[in-house]
Amino acid sequence: MEKPLTKHIRKDQRPLSLKEYEKVGGYESVRKILKGISPKEVQKIVIDSNLRGRGGAGFGTGLKWSFVPLDVLKPKYLIANADEMEPGTFKDRILLECTPHQLIEGMIVAAYAIQADVSFVFLRWAYKTAADTITKAIHEAYEAGYLGKNILQSGYDLEMHLHTGVGRYMCGEETALLNSLEGKRATPRAKPPFPQISGLFGKPTIVNNVETLCCLPHIINNGADWFNELSLTNDSGTKIYGVSGKVKKPGAWELPMGTTLRELIEVHAGGMADGLKFRGALPGGASTDFLVEDHLDVKMDYTHVAAAGSRLGTGTVVILDDKTCPVGFIKNLEHFFAQESCGFCTPCREGIPWVEKILNSIETGEGRLEDLKLLEFHTKYLGPGNTFCAFAPGAMEPLQSGLKYFREDFERHIQEKKCEFKNFKFQVSNSVES
Amino acid sequence: MPSKMLTTEEIKEINHAIELVPYKKAACIEALKVVQQNRRWVSDESLKEVAAFMEMSPEELDSVATFYNLIFRRPVGRHVILLCDSISCWVMGYEKIKNSLNEKLGIEFGETTSDDRFTLLPNPCLGTCDCAPALMIDNDLYRNLTIEQLDEILSKYK
Amino acid sequence: MSTLYIDGKPFEVSSGKNLLETCLSLGFDLPYFCWHPALGSVGACRQCAVKVYKDENDKRGRLIMSCMEPVTNNQLISIDDVEAKEFRDHVIEWLMTNHPHDCAVCDEGGSCHLQDMTVMTGHSYRKFTYKKRTYKNQQLGPFINHEMNRCIQCYRCVRFYKDYAGGKDLDAFASRNKVYFGRHEDGVLESEFSGNLAEVCPTGVFTDKTLKQHYTRKWDLTMAPSICQHCSLGCNIIAGERYGSLRMIANRYHGEVNGYFLCDRGRFGYEYVNAPTRLKIPVFQNGSTEDVNITRLLKQISSLKGSTIIGIGSPRASLESNYVLKKLVGESNFYLGVSETDYRLTNLILEILSKGPARPYSMKDVEESDAVFVLGEDLTNTAPMLALAVRQSVRQQPLKKVESAKISLWNDAAARELIQNEKGPLFLGTIAFTKLEDVATSTCHASPDDLARIGFAVAHLIDPGSSPVNELTELEKSLAQNIANTLLKAERPVVISGSSSGSDAVIKAAANISAALQKKKSNSGIVLVVPECNSLGLGLIGGQSLAKAFDESAKGKVEAAIILENDLYRHATLPAVDKFISSTKNIVVLDHTINATTRKATILIPTGTFAEADGTLVNNEGRAQRFFQVYEPANGIKESWRWLIQLSEGLLEKNFNHWKNQADVIQSLAKEIEIVKGVDTIVPPPHVRINGQRVPRQSHRYSGRTSMLANINVSESKPPEDSDSSMSYTMEGFRGQPPSSMIPFFWSPGWNSVQSVNKYQEEVGASLRGGDPGLRLFNPGQNNSVKYFETIPEKFEAVKGKLLAVPLHHIFGSEELSSKSDAVSKRIPQAYVIINGEDASSLQASEGEEIKFEIDGQSYQLPVKISKEIQKGVVGIPIGFADVPYADLPAWAILKT
Ligand SMILES: Cc1cc2nc3c(=O)[nH]c(=O)nc-3n(C[C@H](O)[C@H](O)[C@H](O)COP(=O)(O)O)c2cc1C
Ligand code: SF4
Ligand code: FES
Repeated sequence: MEKPLTKHIRKDQRPLSLKEYEKVGGYESVRKILKGISPKEVQKIVIDSNLRGRGGAGFGTGLKWSFVPLDVLKPKYLIANADEMEPGTFKDRILLECTPHQLIEGMIVAAYAIQADVSFVFLRWAYKTAADTITKAIHEAYEAGYLGKNILQSGYDLEMHLHTGVGRYMCGEETALLNSLEGKRATPRAKPPFPQISGLFGKPTIVNNVETLCCLPHIINNGADWFNELSLTNDSGTKIYGVSGKVKKPGAWELPMGTTLRELIEVHAGGMADGLKFRGALPGGASTDFLVEDHLDVKMDYTHVAAAGSRLGTGTVVILDDKTCPVGFIKNLEHFFAQESCGFCTPCREGIPWVEKILNSIETGEGRLEDLKLLEFHTKYLGPGNTFCAFAPGAMEPLQSGLKYFREDFERHIQEKKCEFKNFKFQVSNSVES
Repeated sequence: MPSKMLTTEEIKEINHAIELVPYKKAACIEALKVVQQNRRWVSDESLKEVAAFMEMSPEELDSVATFYNLIFRRPVGRHVILLCDSISCWVMGYEKIKNSLNEKLGIEFGETTSDDRFTLLPNPCLGTCDCAPALMIDNDLYRNLTIEQLDEILSKYK
Repeated sequence: MSTLYIDGKPFEVSSGKNLLETCLSLGFDLPYFCWHPALGSVGACRQCAVKVYKDENDKRGRLIMSCMEPVTNNQLISIDDVEAKEFRDHVIEWLMTNHPHDCAVCDEGGSCHLQDMTVMTGHSYRKFTYKKRTYKNQQLGPFINHEMNRCIQCYRCVRFYKDYAGGKDLDAFASRNKVYFGRHEDGVLESEFSGNLAEVCPTGVFTDKTLKQHYTRKWDLTMAPSICQHCSLGCNIIAGERYGSLRMIANRYHGEVNGYFLCDRGRFGYEYVNAPTRLKIPVFQNGSTEDVNITRLLKQISSLKGSTIIGIGSPRASLESNYVLKKLVGESNFYLGVSETDYRLTNLILEILSKGPARPYSMKDVEESDAVFVLGEDLTNTAPMLALAVRQSVRQQPLKKVESAKISLWNDAAARELIQNEKGPLFLGTIAFTKLEDVATSTCHASPDDLARIGFAVAHLIDPGSSPVNELTELEKSLAQNIANTLLKAERPVVISGSSSGSDAVIKAAANISAALQKKKSNSGIVLVVPECNSLGLGLIGGQSLAKAFDESAKGKVEAAIILENDLYRHATLPAVDKFISSTKNIVVLDHTINATTRKATILIPTGTFAEADGTLVNNEGRAQRFFQVYEPANGIKESWRWLIQLSEGLLEKNFNHWKNQADVIQSLAKEIEIVKGVDTIVPPPHVRINGQRVPRQSHRYSGRTSMLANINVSESKPPEDSDSSMSYTMEGFRGQPPSSMIPFFWSPGWNSVQSVNKYQEEVGASLRGGDPGLRLFNPGQNNSVKYFETIPEKFEAVKGKLLAVPLHHIFGSEELSSKSDAVSKRIPQAYVIINGEDASSLQASEGEEIKFEIDGQSYQLPVKISKEIQKGVVGIPIGFADVPYADLPAWAILKT
């Protein structure tokens, strides 16, 4: 089983130096494209590879690039979205901390494909280790001539800078990220116009997720067919999956795209912690719909998870066990969303705090049956298109599926005016596997 | 506009950030970070100094500053504890950690100990969900937390 | 054109607009908040949702925000769709979760956009059972009240204040459901356009603080269409009265002139009408008002019959009043009550505008102009709304990029994101600092003569047929070259100048540029700012200069002078006016407000202010506009022209008492003065009735009519009859939309707030139905023979022991009437003078220290401000300030020690 993204991660997680990285084939893809693959051809390879964005939305990466006008004057921008703040998600962290050169290499490929001349890594504040590794790696790459003017004597120039954020989940949304990089409030922008036309500082821009970018060197080196074949399904490549919650061995693993949820939980995460049963899971972070027992055999790729009524999202699974209160679980999520709303559009700004208040009252035994209707109206009207960006629809996903799958829990809270899970004690005991 | 109060070191760092962007204002978040790093938090006075240096009005800068939760516009202690309150940590018992910290430090979220040592703040997902619960103090991340470890961890920060 | 299907019905609509403005233009009631016709769309409030369908087979459709979606051909949408309605209802419900239930005590109540939209969506039942969020309010100065709890986070305030008007001290703070709009700390809002917040904010967060001082519901106001009297631009206003006092000024939309906005001088300068300085009773010189009734007073005046009476007209009085005065005293005895400089410059401007080849641009034209050169005017202070228009003009060139990126121009945030900091060309040449510099391509500060020289040089570069300028510095040469090239490249270039720097040369240079440009471009324009609201009107009526009047009286030839609404001490020096007054036996003054001249009157006749008068003004572009009386003043006070007609009975053989109303006067005037032909047609004559009815000045919601004076008299008094217009002073009358020149207030069923203006326009943001009111007297291209001004001033040289004193204008303080208004008076700066650092050091004066000098024999002692933005050898003096004696500037100031 090939693990291109993580194969060079050492046991102790110390990143490879540039020299070490080059020894295992690092920056080969950069040499290859600069020697004579045109930007359009790079785009074609990536389109053929069927690589879909790992940031959550799953949009075709090559296709996304193709909207960038190649003839437009500089500057153009390429941005690595390393803002990873989706609750339950910790996959980019691994790549950032352990394989910084792989990210830089991927960024050069992407930047070249759209003929960008300036690139940024937008890194969330909390990733201090990653900030250090990336800073060092960028420095090394400049020294070695992979960045800067006239890279490898090819005539192609690319600058790269690290920008660390100052909080707010919203910064992960690509247009809000652009505003933040411009030194503004991280509120989202209207689309259209898409960043490919008017992005950072009004110039053509591509924002790609860290994991997406890390796939690129391997696609260039090994070809589109190879990448397609890594997967068990039609959505190509490998995926860094993760599992957190009360399982025996929470962690993250690079596996073929399409690995089932069951395999993730039972094989890689070692199964549920003792005495607990699987009740449900968010397949890809806080803003995805619950999957439940019936879905354990769903292949974890974009297409199959969508068919099961959810989204692959970031592919990092959060487990809900049978001794954890689903109402409390969802309330925690909605608290997060209410806190993190940027406050720009009405439904999100006013609706989510209302949802949180309702969930809170249900959980504390003060809920009323009408409250469920109110929650439902929020899930309906905070849907895609109704709010300014995808934040609020994401926030509604766990709620709407939660109301569907765990309705009896909500009703019981309301009828019995209390939360029966409150007194359950669980001893934290987990082992970490890297 | 001349800036009397920013230190040369601060000005150097801010100027470096300005070089990377097409116009001065775009580096304002960097400027706030620089000042916060040196002064723990961004007071009204600091805000005005930075605004003057960045050729912005205090309003323009504060509008940005108050948007972000990690720009502190109120005083914080010598060490800031960011306790993850998001879903995986919640599942894995964040609440107990929180209660314990509240008790040990005698402060709630948003408060600072009377000896100015710690400020306790909630923080969304720290991205280490497989090792929940987790918290950060200053630049250090602590994972797989148990209540028992807290004393030792806290004792490292004076 | 496109075909748009709304709920199954086809409509022909223009392409390129968004769905919201299209639906509103078609007359549909679609609720919205964050969209504003002048500010465009950002899609924040989500109130304007409609359903859109892919094709006839699509039965589900999808919700979209109509303000963010362009009209496309054969588009199918539904406003009535159940889900769309439900969603709109819920948006209100969300907003209402935190909005206080304080309508009863809210200033906005009854004219509140949020109230209207709440009713429109049908939201009525509250399901949110938790606590509301609350905020602290801020003290924002004398104009604007702040009540943040009412905020619905539509972002309009910051979008207007910051993005549109260039203000920097109002912003959005914090995030999520804690977003706060205000300043970073308490303090006076700096922008000269802050008052618009009261109209732009759809709720009661930002309200008019002056109205609050004497609050009344807006529906209880008696209102009339009027014209702002506080500068020469002639912005259209609505003025509202209750219980005999003027309570509020609001914007009256005019597609060409002021659009949706007003400046703070115009909005808050009205309080002089109610101030203690107001003249309410006739007065004789001895100061006793006892027994002075108007009959006695008129008799006294009749006794002057047959003696030499001169009349002094006024740039702040109406065409009608000036005209009747001129008729009363006779052509040869009529003098224009303005300074020598203003007299010269106004005549020069009239000549340029009426004969010059270029078109006088309206403010709308300026907004759409793609290259602007301002020469010698500090617009923010001399013609504030024009500054706002110029601020929009710098977006024109970048907006072309927006268009070519296929981004709709109304997609405001997207357009701004693409444009970033890019700005179209704006060149400023001013005496000292001016507020538009933040958006200018380049700014140059110089003495009037040096400014003029640059202007002449630009003209010469555009057309070598105009005179060249010698001895320019390299810097000046390259600046002139840059300006010339830019103006030539532009599609709609405009040069803006005016009389505020007191320089003929500056205006002539601007005229040369405009003439040269017009030779090359058929679409170029010129704007010339004049001192007062009717400076051009007075000039058109014509008369001799004030100095001549002074001469005549010095010769002892004048027995009486009738001074019309004019404080002569603002147009001539104190010794000169004193001398004139002492050498003239009878000083008859007609005015409404105490000033230095009224204090010297032997006979003082109290007149109506603009609010109590009908009249016509000619603005700086030569647009004649009519203002209507808002209410009948008490004590038998009348318009000046009415008094003057009455005086004619005692003074003339053939008197004017056949002139019964304003229409009679203006008709006579229109017949007599060729250039104002047609001014009698700008509003329907007074006998016109619509469906047999008058247009009511009061809304149908006006309350308490039968009881409002019950404490005085229980029987309802008969409302006054309006003989001057076809409007009534009551709530009865024609309920439909009146002709565009006679709109006393904007109201439409379901639209009680000012947003109802949408319903009065041909199309949202376009002209008012039936055309924007007023008559342009100067038509472009009437005369294509270009004649250049040839005399070019010498380079300015500093003179030892002297400084060239030049006038500086202040939006608050330089204009006479607004300065007497309480709120505005709080914003008047301390008197000062401004000099260059080099001059300061040679005078050994430091910042704030007083310097002494003499102009024209008058002494001055004022604290110094030091600036590098004023040329060496020049001193800037704020004009119009109570504690700065008048001098006809520019003039040499002789330094004293
Ligand atoms: C509220 C919100 C938060 C997001 N956060 C992230 C994030 O932290 N990291 C990320 O890569 N993408 C995030 N996204 C998705 C980005 O908007 C964007 O689609 C992605 O960075 C594109 O990269 P990809 O095409 O490589 O997936 C977020 C989206 C939304 C709506
Ligand atoms: S203060 Fe008024 S204009 Fe500003 S966001 Fe709130 S409601 Fe809108
Ligand atoms: S008016 Fe359309 S979203 Fe606000």
